[in-house]
Amino acid sequence: MSEPQTGSTATFERVADIIAETADIPREKITPESHAIDDLGIDSLAFLDIAFAVDKAFGIKLPLERWTQEVNEGKVPAEEYFVLKNLCARIDALVAEKAAKA
Amino acid sequence: MRLEYFEMIDSVRHLDRAAGRIEALARVPEASPVFEGHFPGYPLVPGVLLTETMAQASGYLILAHLDFASMPFLMAVDKARFRNFVGPGAELTVEASLVHDGSGYAVTKAAIRVEGKALADAELRFRTMPFPNGLDAPMRERARSIGLLDGAAA
Repeated sequence: MSEPQTGSTATFERVADIIAETADIPREKITPESHAIDDLGIDSLAFLDIAFAVDKAFGIKLPLERWTQEVNEGKVPAEEYFVLKNLCARIDALVAEKAAKA
Repeated sequence: MRLEYFEMIDSVRHLDRAAGRIEALARVPEASPVFEGHFPGYPLVPGVLLTETMAQASGYLILAHLDFASMPFLMAVDKARFRNFVGPGAELTVEASLVHDGSGYAVTKAAIRVEGKALADAELRFRTMPFPNGLDAPMRERARSIGLLDGAAA
């Protein structure tokens, strides 16, 4: 899935709250256009903390290993996963996928 | 336990892979250089080593859960509590359960009991990564030596 899509506002609000709380970043600094690594300075350990909180909050499993591999191999630009509006779109897609299977 | 070698788990009593639970045994040695400093004349197992003991039980649980496909490395310790003192000769029951199996990470809750009483507990998080070169075989050997997969429930 590579088509750009924006996640829902509710998802963004929830993810932004998680990031603010988990990575101790002022909530107002976090926008849908923020790049988690380049703009917010979230390191890989903090990103795993966030992934755990997102997994729990949404009942999903972010496929971080696959994403990391795709970025490292140059198949997908990092912003596809780490710009928050894109991350939220992928969270929405994983939630929808899970609901469809249930 | 061989404290100074960081070999904390002596044997695995029970492993339930489906439920994501492990119970292991760790006997505190009668003597160790660790006790010379912690504390002189009043030997106590340091809290960091109790944390390491919970981490190792959790690590073996994750290794079994992942069927040795990845190596867990401790990355976070949350809500660690040390509820009592423990010294030479004590027999520790170490339990860990898998809270979340994430992509590239895993989360456990672990606890240590002595004679049925709570000694320590914590929530632990691990990064799971491909085995660095050469670590695969020694980890399998250590797992075998503590009986990780002997009598494991499926």
